[in-house]
Amino acid sequence: MRRDIVTSAIAIVLLTLLLGIAYPLLVTGVGQLAFPGNANGQKVYVHGRLVGSKIIGQNFAGNPRYFQSRPSATVPPNDAAATTFSNLGPNSVATEKEISANIAAYLKLNRPYDPSLSAATVPVDAANTSASGIDPQISVANARIQAHRVARLRGLSLAHVDALISQYTSGRGLGFSGEPGVNILELNLALDRIGRTA
Amino acid sequence: MTVAGWLTIFLFAAILTVLAIPLGRYMAAVYTGERTILDPLFRTPERLLYKVMRVDPRREQDWKAYAKSLIIFSLAGWLLLYLILRTQTLWNFTGLNPQHFHSGTWNVTFNTTSSFLTNTNWQYYSGETTLSYFSQMAGLTVQNFLSAGIGIAVAVALIRGIIGRSGKSLGNFWFDLVRTVLWVLVPISFVVALALVWQGSIANFSHYLIAHTLAGGKQQIAMGPVASQEAIKLLGTNGGGFFNTNSAHPFENPTGFTNFVEMLTVLVIPAALVFMYGRMVGNRRQGYAIYATMMLMFLGAAAVAYIAEAHGSPAQHAAGLHTHVIAGATGGNLEGKEQRFGIAGSALFDVVTTVSSCGAVNSAIESFTGIGGAVPMANLSASEVIFGGVGTGLYSILLYVLLAVFIGGLMVGRTPEYLGKKIEGREIKLVALGLLITPLSALFSTALATASPAGRQSISAAAKGGPQGFSESFYAYLSQANNNGSAFAGYTGYVPGPHGGNLGAHGITFADLLGGFTMLFARYAPILFALAVAGALAGKKISPAGLGTMRTDNPTFVVLLIGVIVLVGALTFFPALLLGPIVQGLTPHLYA
Repeated sequence: MRRDIVTSAIAIVLLTLLLGIAYPLLVTGVGQLAFPGNANGQKVYVHGRLVGSKIIGQNFAGNPRYFQSRPSATVPPNDAAATTFSNLGPNSVATEKEISANIAAYLKLNRPYDPSLSAATVPVDAANTSASGIDPQISVANARIQAHRVARLRGLSLAHVDALISQYTSGRGLGFSGEPGVNILELNLALDRIGRTA
Repeated sequence: MTVAGWLTIFLFAAILTVLAIPLGRYMAAVYTGERTILDPLFRTPERLLYKVMRVDPRREQDWKAYAKSLIIFSLAGWLLLYLILRTQTLWNFTGLNPQHFHSGTWNVTFNTTSSFLTNTNWQYYSGETTLSYFSQMAGLTVQNFLSAGIGIAVAVALIRGIIGRSGKSLGNFWFDLVRTVLWVLVPISFVVALALVWQGSIANFSHYLIAHTLAGGKQQIAMGPVASQEAIKLLGTNGGGFFNTNSAHPFENPTGFTNFVEMLTVLVIPAALVFMYGRMVGNRRQGYAIYATMMLMFLGAAAVAYIAEAHGSPAQHAAGLHTHVIAGATGGNLEGKEQRFGIAGSALFDVVTTVSSCGAVNSAIESFTGIGGAVPMANLSASEVIFGGVGTGLYSILLYVLLAVFIGGLMVGRTPEYLGKKIEGREIKLVALGLLITPLSALFSTALATASPAGRQSISAAAKGGPQGFSESFYAYLSQANNNGSAFAGYTGYVPGPHGGNLGAHGITFADLLGGFTMLFARYAPILFALAVAGALAGKKISPAGLGTMRTDNPTFVVLLIGVIVLVGALTFFPALLLGPIVQGLTPHLYA
């Protein structure tokens, strides 16, 4: 008994130093050396100012010249320091209301530029909240719909915007794992660069 | 549903098997003291550890001595973790609390401490708003390793009991623990962590970033030493996320590729242990039979979850959303799911982490369809023997194997034997108790929580008044009793302060304590029963197999074993499942 107590006390302190200090320091150190950009969060700067992380979704609401992120359950939307799920159930009236509101907002924003759009053709990712609340991607179908609006508001050809969408679409992992998606921070940054050079 | 989706599921099963076989061979060598490729690296640190800890790794322990070391060591770990979390601000001098988070309240900390000690990683707190980097590292990461190590140690001890020849010894707890940590957990975690950083996980000690967004707003972005904890969170089937949204967060799980790697990391040790078992008992077919049992049930669960989620939810359909696959979009129930994982990557991840005791999530289980949500509950109802947690899965399914042998023996009218050892009254009593503790705790706690106003205050506002509220409560205690940790996350035991953090926060004492005690009891009681079974078996003589011996390595036995697992799970949990997710799955009705 006494022996077990002494051993346990020494062991927990020793293993805390090994697994709780040395191991994370080692991983973080090697990570910083080998992949400094990733290890620090893939920061994106414009004119020396931090505008976000490449893989963290941000809120573009209120500015229709930008592609819009997926609905987010965080308060405020796309809060990357307090992520949360909506936790809305499959049979809940609250879920139905939220989805209806998202569909209505999406139609209001995009139908003026794409008259063929209806509730039945809204992609699910545009109407359902993401899991992280900071999903950096939207589906290709969603991007193609929003392209009408963005092209018109920016005075670009639809073909030009569509080409940019393809450029910032990443495929499935290993060719099968997951879904293709469009990184909209990168896409919006590319659009801004066109605006500046024109 | 898509071809890529089904391909994901079947390739996952195939690649998992290909990885698990050599790992099982390696682990068998680790515990039998044979030479391994990592000996030159870890022999010296191992000897040093024993020396400082004042341990003789060759000292044989019977089941009681083994259990005593395990319990006292767990107690020491519990005390240190509780202390670290409660004194979070005292460690600010390390510079590892850049956001100056306050310490947690006693009740939530009790829950969190018990949770990480028991490999559950149930989380009422939210990582990025309450915990310092120091607490995550020196507190939680350590128990991510050690709770996994203890689980594997018990499984190894049980195997030694099964193969023991008329002795008492189950080996040495400290030897098993140190070997597991150094030879298995640390090296694999290190490799996985770096692979994650290579794909985009973060690894730093920086302040949270303040970004000026393109649309003219401000965005605060949480940082931290994520990759190191993420790797062992998965490998040790722990599941406690660095961030609140766990493996859905892009910094924890950045791509479709990492999603696949993370799923493999969760199941590779539980799968390897089965092959290790076959080797250690000297008959690999015994391992194959158990593996086949697990894999069949796993694939069934994955298929049901995928089909259910691809179908979409009643709420989506009522809102007029079309949920079939269209060109360029996933379709299906994407509420609470990430675009990069899609439906198959979310459904499979959910099945992987609920058949094991991992409980990590990359999507909101509460937002799954009724049937999609019933799958993780059914997985939990099977007491996590479909691969299961690291170690816990193997020792739990071995108890089921003994039960199946006993029932099979009764059916053919012979004394039940397993691997040459007679299964008698004492063993079967211990097995039955070991198997019933978990369901009993789950149902008892659910009943308490749903029947009392104190329990019902944890139910989320949107779920009050319908089957969802029952599902939330039931899932909470089913998950904690099985040491899983996944959640219908609307259920809460923590009310954050006005600014979102621990300052001014309070816990919901009823849920925190009930959950904490449920986790502790349902972890340590089965461990004691498993060790007691090991002790009882260790002393038995091995008699040679005769013509009348029931075989435990053929397809007939696989069917019998699946039957026993399903029967015990269904008889215990069917009424509860009916009240919650099955009602939700059968009705298109929406509840206010």
